Amino acid sequence: MTTVWTTGLSDRSTAGPTTDDSTETASSPRPGSRRSLDPAPAASLAQLVRIELRKAVDTRAGRWLLIVLCVVVVLACGALAIWGGEGERTVTSYLGLSVMPMAILLPVLGIMSATQEWSQRTGLTTFTLEPRRGRVVTAKVVAAALLGLIVIAVVFATSTLLALTTGGELNFGAISVPGVILMLTIFVLQGVAFGLALLNTPLAIVGALVLPTVWTILSSAFPTVAKAAVWLDLNQVTGPLVDGKMNGADWAHLATGVGFWVVLPLAIGTWRVLTREVK
Amino acid sequence: MIQIEHLTKRYGQFTAVDDITFTVQPGTVVGFLGPNGAGKSTALRMVTGLTPPTSGRATVMGHAYRDLPNPGRHVGVMLDASAQHSGRTGREVLTIAALHMGLDKGQVVTALERVGLTDDEAGRRVGNYSLGMRQRLGLAAALLGDPQVLILDEPANGLDPQGIHWMRGLLRDFADGGGTVLLSSHLLTEVQVIADEIVMIGRGRIVAQGTTTDLVGARGTRVGAVDAAALDALATALRARDLDVTSSAGVLLVNAAPEVIGRVALEERVVLTELSAGGAGSLEEMFLELTAATSREGAAA
Repeated sequence: MTTVWTTGLSDRSTAGPTTDDSTETASSPRPGSRRSLDPAPAASLAQLVRIELRKAVDTRAGRWLLIVLCVVVVLACGALAIWGGEGERTVTSYLGLSVMPMAILLPVLGIMSATQEWSQRTGLTTFTLEPRRGRVVTAKVVAAALLGLIVIAVVFATSTLLALTTGGELNFGAISVPGVILMLTIFVLQGVAFGLALLNTPLAIVGALVLPTVWTILSSAFPTVAKAAVWLDLNQVTGPLVDGKMNGADWAHLATGVGFWVVLPLAIGTWRVLTREVK
Repeated sequence: MIQIEHLTKRYGQFTAVDDITFTVQPGTVVGFLGPNGAGKSTALRMVTGLTPPTSGRATVMGHAYRDLPNPGRHVGVMLDASAQHSGRTGREVLTIAALHMGLDKGQVVTALERVGLTDDEAGRRVGNYSLGMRQRLGLAAALLGDPQVLILDEPANGLDPQGIHWMRGLLRDFADGGGTVLLSSHLLTEVQVIADEIVMIGRGRIVAQGTTTDLVGARGTRVGAVDAAALDALATALRARDLDVTSSAGVLLVNAAPEVIGRVALEERVVLTELSAGGAGSLEEMFLELTAATSREGAAA
């Protein structure tokens, strides 16, 4: 591609008479051939990630989602700090309370990042500025994971601080912090994947939040479903992660679960975004 | 330069764009004219790589749009001014575009000034913008990267007469500086004041193509006479001289200069009540026919 560009550009520079330059410098900047003499490089992937991070929080919807998440976490932790019994005010309890709202709201963040290009039709601008749509998809996935990690870090820091100031002890004992982080990241990516696959915000939210729950309910009712759920129920396969008791079989279960709920929709979604007509 | 070669788009049985070919040269404004649903937007989306063509190809500055490494720096595109996140401010929309193009904040300010959006307006959410303000914002985004080519879908939509006059000046300056402009419109009057060349499209096919002066100016001279008998006599005399005459609503549209018609009228001793050059003439009729055939008003009439 680079070679194509250079030949195209040298054609242009030989075609343009040299007097062009003198007139151009004399007058105000004009849409002449000057810029085409140095092909502007494409935005780097890091730059695209920065753009996607910005787009996730620069709208009212995105900002409010983060505010609501913080408020819910603070309220839950505050309630525990005020009314919790002596033994309950541990880091583990604070974290447990914060993980729940994050598990529900973080995937929505990923979904909105993926669907806004289509529901708000900003794709018309995004994909004319970056026609290689695969790069945009990659940037969205990375940005959602990064944003998720930032939120998790802030919430964890707050929980730990609250626990310490209310006289709790710094003992993570029952839960594995890296496990919880991995689980929440999986949920965020599941959100992005569903958003890309469905390209419709309400549908993706219902799909990403309700379907795994329906799965869980079904598996408690039917033994045959329960057998498959060991491998495919996202809530079930991420369970041992939180407890920090992963063994070989658990990793295999996690891999299939993630494959079904994250990798598969992500593949479908990427294919859809790459081939779909942007209107 | 924009080159469109045999561009075709089919959706199942329906052919939205049917084998269109034309070139937009640097230094010119080409108006892509056609009634709603004629295939203008589909064609422009194919040029900008948003819609894959069924067959044919389009290149911008000698390259397929998708092969431009940073297209915003070469081609300014506005396909739908309303396609913006309603929750973002105008300034934020431009800032994101600037980040894509690798430009700094100063250029965002310059672009806002260029389209006449005030600081206060730029800080408001796009959801609260009027259509005219969205068009200005869309133009600002298109001009942001200081491109050599502009591709604009219905840019005059929602602009008041003063706004249209302003845009005409802006595009004229852009083209005079060596820029290439392709814009679409469903209004003949709009296109004829802005464009140097017109490509008219109906039901996906090009139906007329040429310079605006050839298509709109030279063709039609409107001729009116004192009564119907005089008009008939004049029409017969003009036809006898191998001139193309169409009569509609009490006037003749003649494919000849006013002077030629005036001389014929003098010879035939017909008193004229109207003799005006520059009527849109046959192009306008063709356009009205096209519009009538595809529009709901036409079906109802």
